[in-house]
Amino acid sequence: MPVYVDHAATTPISAPALAALTQEISRGGNPSSLHGSGRRARRSVEDARERVAAAAGAHASEVVFTSGGTEADNLAVKGLYWARRSADARHTRIICSTVEHHAVQDAVEWLERHEGAEVLWLPVDETGLVSLDALRAALADGTDRTALVTVMWANNEVGTVQPIGEIVAEAARYGVPVHSDAVQAFGSIPVSFADSGLATMAVTAHKIGGPVGVGALLVGRGVTLTPVQHGGGQERDIRSGTLDSAGIAAFAAAAEDAVARLDVEAPRVAALRDRLIEGVCREVPEAVLRGVGHPAARWSRLPGNAHFTFPGCEGDSLLFLLDLAGIESSTGSACSAGVPRPSHVLLAMGLSEDEARGAQRFSLGHTSTDDDVAAVVGAIGEAYRRARAAGMAGHASTIRTAGTGSSS
Amino acid sequence: MRVLAAMSGGVDSAVAAARAVDAGHDVVGVHLALSRMPGTLRTGSRGCCTIEDSRDAWRACDILGIPYYVWDFSERFKEDVVDDFIAEYAAGRTPNPCMRCNERIKFAALLEKALALGFDAVCTGHYATVLRDADGNPELHRAADWAKDQSYVLGVLTHEQLEHSMFPLAATPSKAEVRAEAERRGLSVANKPDSHDICFIPDGDTRGWLEERIELTEGDVVDVDGERIGSHPGANAFTVGQRRGLKLGTPAADGKPRFVLEIRPKQNEVVVGPEQLLAIDELRGIKVSWAGVPISEVRSGEEFDCTAQVRAHGDPVDARASVEVDDDGAQQLVVRLVEPMRGVAPGQTVVLYQGTRVLGQATIDSARSALRPDPVSVQA
Repeated sequence: MPVYVDHAATTPISAPALAALTQEISRGGNPSSLHGSGRRARRSVEDARERVAAAAGAHASEVVFTSGGTEADNLAVKGLYWARRSADARHTRIICSTVEHHAVQDAVEWLERHEGAEVLWLPVDETGLVSLDALRAALADGTDRTALVTVMWANNEVGTVQPIGEIVAEAARYGVPVHSDAVQAFGSIPVSFADSGLATMAVTAHKIGGPVGVGALLVGRGVTLTPVQHGGGQERDIRSGTLDSAGIAAFAAAAEDAVARLDVEAPRVAALRDRLIEGVCREVPEAVLRGVGHPAARWSRLPGNAHFTFPGCEGDSLLFLLDLAGIESSTGSACSAGVPRPSHVLLAMGLSEDEARGAQRFSLGHTSTDDDVAAVVGAIGEAYRRARAAGMAGHASTIRTAGTGSSS
Repeated sequence: MRVLAAMSGGVDSAVAAARAVDAGHDVVGVHLALSRMPGTLRTGSRGCCTIEDSRDAWRACDILGIPYYVWDFSERFKEDVVDDFIAEYAAGRTPNPCMRCNERIKFAALLEKALALGFDAVCTGHYATVLRDADGNPELHRAADWAKDQSYVLGVLTHEQLEHSMFPLAATPSKAEVRAEAERRGLSVANKPDSHDICFIPDGDTRGWLEERIELTEGDVVDVDGERIGSHPGANAFTVGQRRGLKLGTPAADGKPRFVLEIRPKQNEVVVGPEQLLAIDELRGIKVSWAGVPISEVRSGEEFDCTAQVRAHGDPVDARASVEVDDDGAQQLVVRLVEPMRGVAPGQTVVLYQGTRVLGQATIDSARSALRPDPVSVQA
């Protein structure tokens, strides 16, 4: 069995979620139908809505089910932008952090290209923490122009947790709504939508033990969103489409389970993570921990996240060598057609492209054990040495060829 | 052996990888990303670096049950292949970018990274054969199917590179068999069209592509005696052997068509003349390399019999060759053709064979016609 240390990509389905999924999928029914089958499915969906709301510190009417985090982020960013601009044509500015997931960043850039949005990018410090001074300055500059602020709750690559409460408080002084992508935070650290004061918040099932393909956008009761997806008018007319009652039931089961066990699970996973960090730094003294330094204050770094850069290595070489050794990790950043690119998050934190290329993220979760940590620590030294030898082979070569001077 | 299968997304490399798996090797598929901005979908038969090709390679690896990775060599490819291609044309030479890619990317940058990561060999879908001599040294030979033979574009590989090269399609009687085998193995690329063109020129219009990248200056068209007989939009836009597009108003004295005999980039001149002057009797080559252990005449300087080939699908012609060493210790290859050969341009690669065996290669620096006093040459 491979050692799975990529829980931030997706985490195995939990027992309660699997049970709910299989039970509900065998029953069927469209929750919008008025007959008995529909009523039964509707009951399941609405039960789930209440349970997801309770887990996220929200009211049931604030839960808009989606196909996952990416859809929730798109709906929030575009829906808030269009609604705010409709209300006041001067609202065309978006204040966005430089370390957002592509689901937010690319949606913002799309609005900039196609919908006349003006974007102010908030810088971060070397740990990935958003600058509150920059936020204050951005909000104060043209007070009646900002449509929304969007800052993720916790970063998917380096695990840095943002001061969402303070960000919302700053924006509230100008009456500006704030969206937060809480896909990585929800279920891993305490998250309360009500306490946060956010206008919208994106969550997803498959990062917390639920199935892939279902998530939610929490939408405050006073918040107006322009729909992105049109159709049958489900979900308060904000998100049309037949509801996935099985996925939603499983999402609720996973959320309830994860949040109920958070008090025990978060310190357990954080302790494993700390041993992993100490072990990797012992085996490879050159490795540089990115994000919040070790030991991290409670809730300042995601409990399961350990992110390093390895000088002189290509991250994909490390990933490849670890994969061969039976360890499943990640470079941490998205790729198109599998082509690795230096992470925009690491570049925003001030790393050079060469430093950023050597990234490797280990993320732990509910199935992680001491043995997993031991396996990573046991394999990282050899993988590092080999990857370093392979070095930047994409940039320079020592094989002598016809054109570089090999003859006879 | 630990084998890295270079997967273009085409049928040949997919079947080559499948055969390496069958042979019991521990195989990993790697697709080379050679362009920073790949098109999303392939159009027609052209291009080899689109997202669709990457997906095809990925799918083939999944079917074979082997891991798949994409390695980014786009910077190296741009520097070593694309920029070199432009620079060579700008200097009036005619380069072969596929050969350059084999020399510098597939069997250098890729091979080096593979060796460092613990692989023993790089496997590709090229149609060529690696044999071992009595001492176990590698020799490069033509493929069983001469129509598909690609030993020419591999002629640039050295002993060190051949030591770690694997071409599982070597003994395949025909391409049709490879397609049938792909079909049998359930590889969805079985009917994917062949790629023929230069992969970084997606629409196949090499001339138009170059004209966007090379500054063209109007200059003179001259005859072999140096007499001006017309003008051209830019010498670099012409290729030796070209007949069309000269736009010379007055016909030649003998009424016969005129051909481009020579490009002189320094003087920005295009030299034209009758067809018979295209027939080349002697070549001189630089940047010489030997495909494995050189034959003994290379060291002794004696002349040896061989056949010479100057383009990927050209016919080999009988020749006698010898090696000279210049003052700097660099080898120069002198190839005397038994029968004159047409369409030889500086910058092209001459590959020498004995029978099916590839001896080595050189970049053509000058070409001489017995009917002209001075050899055609382009100074680097």
